[in-house]
Amino acid sequence: MAIESFNQLNEVHIDVLKEIGNIGAGNAATSLSKLLNREVDMVTPAVRILDISEADRALGGPETPVVAILVKLRGDIGGMMMFVIEREFTQSLLETLLGESRVSCGNLSEMESSALSEIGNIMIGAYAASVATLSGLVIKTTVPAVTVDMAGALLTVPAAEMGSVSDKIIFIEDDFLSASRTISANMMLIPDLKSLNKLMESLGIQL
Amino acid sequence: MSELVTVGISDLKIAGAPGGLVTYALGSCIGICLYDSVLKVGGLAHIMLPYRPRNGTEEQAFRYADSCLPLMVRNMEKLGCARSRLQAKIAGGAKMFDIADDTAFGNIGARNIAAVKETLSALQIRILAEDTGLNYGRTVYFYTETGMMVVKSFAKGVHSF
Repeated sequence: MAIESFNQLNEVHIDVLKEIGNIGAGNAATSLSKLLNREVDMVTPAVRILDISEADRALGGPETPVVAILVKLRGDIGGMMMFVIEREFTQSLLETLLGESRVSCGNLSEMESSALSEIGNIMIGAYAASVATLSGLVIKTTVPAVTVDMAGALLTVPAAEMGSVSDKIIFIEDDFLSASRTISANMMLIPDLKSLNKLMESLGIQL
Repeated sequence: MSELVTVGISDLKIAGAPGGLVTYALGSCIGICLYDSVLKVGGLAHIMLPYRPRNGTEEQAFRYADSCLPLMVRNMEKLGCARSRLQAKIAGGAKMFDIADDTAFGNIGARNIAAVKETLSALQIRILAEDTGLNYGRTVYFYTETGMMVVKSFAKGVHSF
């Protein structure tokens, strides 16, 4: 039986996605640590299947300004991945990378935008590599697009772009610990249904 | 100011004066305000996609421009509104992301705007004001006492229509 909507994902599926999240977050912590030149630890990620409205609540409400970095997936898996980070954390990331910086909505300098695009590339790459390693599938991504705006306005984009019949997204919530600060990062995995089935099959999961 | 009723994603609410309606953080989605200025009854819909697929279920009707708007008009008519008096104000339909190597990406906002206009035109409802397109998120407030649509965004601040 094929998975026809994200509603049908059961505990076994969620466990697999958790494992993907685990390995991805591990990769990401290593990459972040290299990038920032300081120690970064990860806490075991939580994986949840959420409605868009629940997801924006998890990010602090629909109007909370966040930084979102989005790529389209190509290769064996179709769909999108979106990495969402708090504006404050982005600020400190950019300060570390570029010296002084101010992250304001709809108003990133070219330098800030390309630095964020690179961070997104690294983080999304870390999770995509985890999916690829576990499943043996080939996953390619487009150049990332970076936007700072209201969480709600950004979260609806993948579902709308994919003409999705459901408002569900796979939400991997990670906490990273760096220099006694906790940083919340959220990876959103939005595969098309065909790809989700292919992914579960490649992982040896009975559908 | 009286209480605001929140309109969710793929949702529709109707209120009478002095009530207000709000829908938060429209990206590529569109908020459509319909108003009967004689009865001071207003509706606000939040659509996500242009056209309902043929196998779409009845519960999903508010998700699509072409199925939501006729329902909205019917529901307002049930409350005594006259279709000939209904006028529209619309906001949203932004292109939130630009992917450098995929120019087709992000057109859903523009397709939503086109579908809303086409559907309103078929219903013979005039659009009095619009704040659509571009590349930023919008929160829409709609006040039934005045028929005023107020659009709030990070990029452009607060504007009344």
